[in-house]
Amino acid sequence: MKRTVSSVLLHAVLLLLAVATAAPLVWMVSASLMPQGQANTEPPPFFPSAVTWDNYRELFDRLDLGRQLFNSFFIATSITLISTLFNSMAGYAFARLRFPGRDRIFAILLAAMVIPSQVSMLPLFLLLKNLGLINTYWGVIVTGMATILGIFLMRQYALSVPEELLDAARMDGASEWRIYWSVVLPLCRPVLVTLAVLTFLTTWNDFMWPLIVLTDESRYTLPVALANLSGEHVQDTELMMAGAVVTVFPVLLLFLALQRQYIAGIMMGGVKE
Amino acid sequence: MKGAGTRAEARAAFLFLAPALGAIGLFFMVPVAAVLLLSFTDFDIYGLADSGNTRFMGLANYLTLLRSDLFWEALGNTLIYALVGGPLTVAMALAAALLVDSRLARFKGLFRTIYFAPVVTTLVAVAVVWRYLYHPRFGLLNSVLGWVGIGPIDWLGDPRWALPAMILLAVWKNFGYAMILIIGGLQTIPPQLYESARIDGAGWWREFRHITLPMLSPTFLLVGVITAVGYFQIFAEPYVMTRGGGPLNATLSVVLFMYKEGFRWWNMGFAAAVAFVLFLVILAFTALHFWLQRGNRE
Repeated sequence: MKRTVSSVLLHAVLLLLAVATAAPLVWMVSASLMPQGQANTEPPPFFPSAVTWDNYRELFDRLDLGRQLFNSFFIATSITLISTLFNSMAGYAFARLRFPGRDRIFAILLAAMVIPSQVSMLPLFLLLKNLGLINTYWGVIVTGMATILGIFLMRQYALSVPEELLDAARMDGASEWRIYWSVVLPLCRPVLVTLAVLTFLTTWNDFMWPLIVLTDESRYTLPVALANLSGEHVQDTELMMAGAVVTVFPVLLLFLALQRQYIAGIMMGGVKE
Repeated sequence: MKGAGTRAEARAAFLFLAPALGAIGLFFMVPVAAVLLLSFTDFDIYGLADSGNTRFMGLANYLTLLRSDLFWEALGNTLIYALVGGPLTVAMALAAALLVDSRLARFKGLFRTIYFAPVVTTLVAVAVVWRYLYHPRFGLLNSVLGWVGIGPIDWLGDPRWALPAMILLAVWKNFGYAMILIIGGLQTIPPQLYESARIDGAGWWREFRHITLPMLSPTFLLVGVITAVGYFQIFAEPYVMTRGGGPLNATLSVVLFMYKEGFRWWNMGFAAAVAFVLFLVILAFTALHFWLQRGNRE
């Protein structure tokens, strides 16, 4: 009897917390389907009186958000591909190749993780200005081509690759590159997927650096475009909610599809996004 | 083959490391080192046009910074944000972790996914959403509070409420992340501890107080620091929700202050000093964490 009461109570609290957590996101979707002006009535409605796709049509037809959707996809995909390759190469070298200064270099990298990225932004802007990369996709991509966290995760995983396997491949005369590509990478598949998901989500959601380096509207990523639009369209609640849905949904769906890998990454690193 | 490795192996290692370390070195380490140099100059919009217009200023930027009321306000807000928002997030995460991890709970995976979902959402997008939730007349939050008789609050317009509003958004957005790490910590606690406590007749509270909390303390420190360091870098929320730190600078943060000085007014030398001070604050905080952790272990 006591057990039943506790169980009911527990699930009531779980459910309440779930409703409170999900409500902002559900309302975002719901309001994006409302006819214009409905969200600004009293008392505020939770569900649309009639479902309409007008807000999405306006975003893509009139405000040309498709362009920024493409920018976001292009930048996030490029960074994901490049950084997964670079990080996995470096992580493997730190884990399994022997060279002078290895542990010291790795320790310096780990220590540098406490430096917040904002500290680098002012000189980085001047550097990229000299390289002619301001207001280009590359201006965003170069800052994400490799990450210390990615190298770290890859190294931890590559440590589990048996040394004998590598030595056997060397005996057979395989080159170091071939060993990495055909022996190590297939074994590291789980961590590569984790790394790729983490990177894509982080890059997609990134705001401050794209805001600084992309100055032209046609180059904006979705978060930058949305922040910009939300200043001009304060009253258009429904339109802004449609914009938020377009921005959030790709990463939310990706997360739902690859949840296990994503959470594994967090548990492994214990490190922020 | 054991030991130092061959020269061929070292050469291969160099080639494997070069792309990643080159990118991190050029686009992160060099700029980090340069920020200190930049902070000793008066680099501004004229410097941007021609770097010949830049002079060495010594510590002048830092002295200006120390005398700037706006900077102290930004630093104060940032500290409140980190030192109130951080513990609140961890407390909320602990509660959620205990609920989800409870033996009686069903649909654990579903609840865990729902609680975690805000973590993966785009901060800018949810900040836009919450700006409408906080609307004094048409916002959902005030209408829910109205049911229990709490009068309308001008969340983002009232200087007393704007910072708490931002902390509330941050707790919602981030507690799922800390929850995952705490669930991981909970699962490392040996079940025998609970069994023997139950044989001794310990209730839920005593189990929690004498087994769960002490066993989780390393996790708390890790989670607390990660969360707080993230909160020291708050930028997008005030940028989107209060149009740059209002009302009356109640939500101005250090990073937002740096952004405005550096990239809106192009006072890049001065902004570099702000960036360096931010670095020192975060470094001090992290050092404090390690010191606490050592004290904990002894």
